[in-house]
Amino acid sequence: MTADESREDIHAYLAAFDDIPGTTVFTVARARQGYWINQFAMSLIKPENRARWKADEAAYLDEWPLTADHKAAIQARDYNRLINMGGNIYFLAKIISTDGQNFLHAVSTMTGMSVETYQTMMLAGGRSPDGVRSIKEGT
Amino acid sequence: MARITAGVGTSHVPAIGAAIDLGKTQEPYWQPVLAGYDWSRNWIRDEKPDVVILVFNDHATAFDMKIIPTFAIGCAESFKPADEGWGPRPVPTVQGHPDLAWHIAQSCILDEFDMTIINEMDVDHGLTVPLSLLFGQPDAWPVKVIPLAVNVVTYPPPSGNRCWMLGEAIRRAVESFPGDLKVQIWGTGGMSHQLQGPRAGLINAAWDNRFLDMMSQDSQRLRAIPHIEYLRETGTEGIEMVMWLIMRGALGPDVRQLHRHYHVPASNTAVGHLVLEPVR
Ligand SMILES: [Fe+2]
Repeated sequence: MTADESREDIHAYLAAFDDIPGTTVFTVARARQGYWINQFAMSLIKPENRARWKADEAAYLDEWPLTADHKAAIQARDYNRLINMGGNIYFLAKIISTDGQNFLHAVSTMTGMSVETYQTMMLAGGRSPDGVRSIKEGT
Repeated sequence: MARITAGVGTSHVPAIGAAIDLGKTQEPYWQPVLAGYDWSRNWIRDEKPDVVILVFNDHATAFDMKIIPTFAIGCAESFKPADEGWGPRPVPTVQGHPDLAWHIAQSCILDEFDMTIINEMDVDHGLTVPLSLLFGQPDAWPVKVIPLAVNVVTYPPPSGNRCWMLGEAIRRAVESFPGDLKVQIWGTGGMSHQLQGPRAGLINAAWDNRFLDMMSQDSQRLRAIPHIEYLRETGTEGIEMVMWLIMRGALGPDVRQLHRHYHVPASNTAVGHLVLEPVR
C-alpha cells in the first residue's frame, strides 16, 4: 500500500459519518462548537469545583461562556441535546459522576428506553448492529 | 538488549475497576467477566516482565480540549491514579521507566513518528483497569509502566495502519535499548460499545470475534480496517480497538495466541482479552 493509495479524502471521510443512524461523531467541527460545554464539564474533575457546582449550579454555569441553550440543556441533563451541541460523552461523564448517577443509567437516557429495558437489552447481548449500520443502505 | 516478549489486549471498562475496588468480583454479574483473566494472572506471575508499554486513551482526564496529542508517551518517574469525578481509584501509584520511555520517544521521533512527550500526567481507568485485571490488588504494581496515550476521542484518531507502524517503530526502539529488559506491550480499550445517542448499547459479538481472530491470523487485513467500519460495526467507542494494533504491530509478522476471552456485557461494553506471543 503506497501513501497515495491509502490517503483518505477528508470530505468523503467526514460525509460518511452522517450516514450512521442515531450516532454523532465527535469531529473537529463539533469539538469547536462544544468547546465550552466540554471545558465546563471537565472542570468538575476537581473536588473544589464539584463542591461549588453542587452548591449553586446556575451561578457556576454563569462563570462560563455558555449560551442560555447550553445552560438549559446542562441543567436538564439532556445528554442527546448536549451531544448535538458539540458535547462529548467523556467530558459529560464528569457531570454524570458528580451527580453520583450510574453511568449505564445516564447512557440509557439517550436511547428512549427505560433503564430497565436498556439493562435487559445489555444483559441479552446488547443492541444488534443489524439495521443501524447505514441510513442510506438500510443495513 | 531489551526485547518485547508478549502482547496483551484488553478492554478497560471503568465499571470493572469499580467492581474490583468495591469487592464485587464474585457477584454473578462480574464473575464471568473476571474469570477470563485467571489464566492471565497466573501467566504474568511466571513471566515477570520488567516493563509494560501500556497503550491506552485518556478519557478527558489528563487532557482537556486545550491540547489533543495523537500519540503521547509518558516519560515521568511516576503517574498518580486520576480523580475522574468520584475521587481517585484506591490503587498504587504507577511507577514509570523514564530511561526506556525517553529512549522510545527519541527513537520514534528519529523514525519519523512525531511523539508528544509527557512529563506529568495522572492516569485514568484506561490505564489502571488493565493493571488491576492482570495483577489484582497488590500494594505496589509489580512492573514499571510506560503510558502511551492515543487520541481516539476527537476525530480523526490515527488510522489502524498508522498505529500498526508505530508499533513496529516501538519494537525497533525497544530492541536498540541497552540493558536486558523483558518488555510487554499492551493494547487496551474496546471492544464494541457505543456510549451516546439513540444507538447506544450497540454490541457486535460477531465482528469483535473476527477482530480477535485476525489478531493472530489475518493481521494485514486488520491494519486496513477504516474508521467508518469501526463506527458502523462496533459503535462510536469501538474505535478504541485501533490501539490494539499498536500492540500487534510491535509483535512482528507472526504471533501465537496463548489465551483469549470474550464476554458481554460489562456495563455498556463488550469485554475482549488476548494474550499473544511473537513467533520468531
Ligand atoms: Fe476507553
